[in-house]
Amino acid sequence: MDAKVTLRVNGEAHTVEVFPDTSLLEVLRDDLGLTGAKYGCGEGMCGACTVLVGGKATRSCVTLAADVQADVVTIEGMAQGNRLHPLQQAFLEEGAMQCGYCVTGMIMNAAALLAANPKPTTAQIKEHMEGNVCRCCTYDRIVAAIERAARAEAR
Amino acid sequence: MNRLELTRREVLARLGGGVLVLAFAPACVAQNRAGASQNTERIAAWLHIGPDGKVTVFTGKVEVGQDIRTSLTQAVAEELRLPVEAIELVMGDTDRVPFDQGTFGSRTTPTMAPVLRRAAASARETLVDLAAARWSLDRSGLVAEGGTVRGGGQSATYGDLAKDQPFDKPVRDVPLTEPKDWRVMGRPVPKVGGREIVTGQHTYTSDLRRSGMLIAKVLRPEVLGAELVSVDTKAAEAMEDVRVVRDGGFVAVAAPTLRQAERALQALEPQWRRTAQVRGQDLFEVLRGAPLASAAIGKRNGAQVQATYTAPYIAHVPLEPRAALAEWDGSKLTVHTGTQRPFGVRTEVANALGIPETQVRVLVPDTGSGYGGKHSGDAAVEAARIAKALGVPIRLVWTRREEFTFAYFRPAGVIELAASADVEGRLTSWEFTNYNSGGAGVQTPYDVPNPRTQSRQTRSPLRQGSYRALASTFNHFARESAMDELAEALGQDPVAFRLKNLRNERLRAVLETCANAMGWPGAGKNAGIACGTEKGGYVATAVEIEQAGGEFRVLRCVTAFECGAIINPLHLKSQVEGCVLMGLGGALFERVVFDQGQIQTDRLSKYRVPRFSDVPKMETILLDRRDLPSAGAGEAPIVAIAPAIANAVSRSTGRRLRSLPLTGGGQGLEG
Repeated sequence: MDAKVTLRVNGEAHTVEVFPDTSLLEVLRDDLGLTGAKYGCGEGMCGACTVLVGGKATRSCVTLAADVQADVVTIEGMAQGNRLHPLQQAFLEEGAMQCGYCVTGMIMNAAALLAANPKPTTAQIKEHMEGNVCRCCTYDRIVAAIERAARAEAR
Repeated sequence: MNRLELTRREVLARLGGGVLVLAFAPACVAQNRAGASQNTERIAAWLHIGPDGKVTVFTGKVEVGQDIRTSLTQAVAEELRLPVEAIELVMGDTDRVPFDQGTFGSRTTPTMAPVLRRAAASARETLVDLAAARWSLDRSGLVAEGGTVRGGGQSATYGDLAKDQPFDKPVRDVPLTEPKDWRVMGRPVPKVGGREIVTGQHTYTSDLRRSGMLIAKVLRPEVLGAELVSVDTKAAEAMEDVRVVRDGGFVAVAAPTLRQAERALQALEPQWRRTAQVRGQDLFEVLRGAPLASAAIGKRNGAQVQATYTAPYIAHVPLEPRAALAEWDGSKLTVHTGTQRPFGVRTEVANALGIPETQVRVLVPDTGSGYGGKHSGDAAVEAARIAKALGVPIRLVWTRREEFTFAYFRPAGVIELAASADVEGRLTSWEFTNYNSGGAGVQTPYDVPNPRTQSRQTRSPLRQGSYRALASTFNHFARESAMDELAEALGQDPVAFRLKNLRNERLRAVLETCANAMGWPGAGKNAGIACGTEKGGYVATAVEIEQAGGEFRVLRCVTAFECGAIINPLHLKSQVEGCVLMGLGGALFERVVFDQGQIQTDRLSKYRVPRFSDVPKMETILLDRRDLPSAGAGEAPIVAIAPAIANAVSRSTGRRLRSLPLTGGGQGLEG
């Protein structure tokens, strides 16, 4: 291990030892035990590892832990106690999952979208989410869930 | 200690006190496997009611996204007259569940659901018997409902009755609840475990951790078929905290962190000897064993079609790659892994380690999908070998590149077809030969005298195996394309032509429903339709397409599907639409490109799968036949989309495409 880095994740600071080329995904999953972000492809092409860094949707598998300066939010930081985030609630209500492996990445990417654009059109949702793969192809329900969450947050 | 005592103690330890489990007849012990209660004639093999009334159900089926954890929970809840929340399923744990062949072939709904319903109904009737005996009342005045048996001014909870008297009763031939009386089945019950998924709390195999665990990587050949001549492991072994395992041609490294393991893997210095491998461009000739024949269409006295169709290898791309966590305690190997065949993997692991199956326990956490791609126990065997060699828990997760390169594919294939119809549009002959891709769905559902249909095995250049609906997708592609070619040569409407040759009432129903919903035949020149049946499901899909820059896009997709009585319309719709869209990928662009042992499409940036932008306007009609037994739905809906698109392409452009995928550089034949 070459360096110590301090990451602020879900509001808590953690200092971990990393190699210069250790990914943020590995630190989140193996050092911090936050396994909600998933490995899917290792090249930022599937979105299963998506977390927020400084509010931006970020592919943690191709992000070096040592490069992270801003606050990180993972799926584990989305619910307020027992109260689910509106996106989590909407995914449940729409049944927007089959195997569920892509869901956390979908929710994190959608969270970035809704933060920047609280009332996206269907086309904007699809465009923003294009980098996230649901191999079970639950796409329409995922779009419906994001629309539902946008409506819920607008209330 | 004799075998009986051991078994009883183990089972008691696993289940706690409570009923439906405690008495063991000798016959039961004789049927035990690996210590679990395995007498499947007895309720105890399938379910247990605890003193708190909680119901635990045991099944060897596994959840890979098809939502059977939910539908099977509904099935048990229905017969026990309980809410779904009162029921927990133990799935795919070889030490706790009855033996099961595996989760494939859409068998869970037609076979496992009735078994569990019968066990649950038997348990319900047994509870009524217990209450009747306790209260000295006639059982006909007692009702089991919502966790309580009531009647004659008495009431007792299931849990209370269950601890009243130890028993292990046979599964009875109790009538199952009629669909018209269903209160839990037939309803859109939300996914069991959904909250854990949206919060990231669900633990997939790849999320598991153990104290002292090492993360392992396996040395792979530089190309498929290459043999390891030698390997210098000194540099890797000199790395801090790294351990190397060498067992013949099997070489692996393990380290406390993934990055260390990856670095150690790179530090290995192997020498490989390549073996002769098939050139990618020769694939179809190799499978066929001869040059491919070109197509010929005749219109004399009706219509004649002779054509050759091809399909490439395609990859399952389960988003969770193969993964395993293996632990060896000196006498037992416990391995968590994502597989569709927990008992099959138990055998694989036992054989690989040279230990009896009783010393292997396989557990399958709800898994990040399979699609037929997770029948084998590759990761489990690898992790088990390393764990046993090093004596520490080992987690091993395949990279996406390993998935694309060293997993198995859906078989490539060649189909030769010769068919004819008379001037009236009646099929008069049908010859159909599938080379290599398999026999599923190879028989035509149409009425034709003396059809000659065969499926020939060949030596596949690449590792191949199961896939959603197996060869049925390719067999339907060829058959349903040819049906349109015949209709076109006859100058007849493709729907009318099919109906003229189709007596199967269920297939007719979905075809007509789909055509009506699409607005056929007024759908225009850019529309295509196809239908088929597989594994007890009936499907018709119609599409409208547009051509854009050499590619075809599907704008609208109408599917009618029927699989008997619907158990859960919410998840059925997910299965149907997911199947159709997965099929759209194989129809339009999915293809494994390889050459001489090198898989060129070895990452997601090189292998295209359907994404948000590929999704057409979807219209899905589910026909609920409550008069028919429920069949599975995870496979059948995939079979009609590819020929529907090919037929739409032909109608709109005049080009008949006979090679999958239809765009993106198919290696096969055109025109």
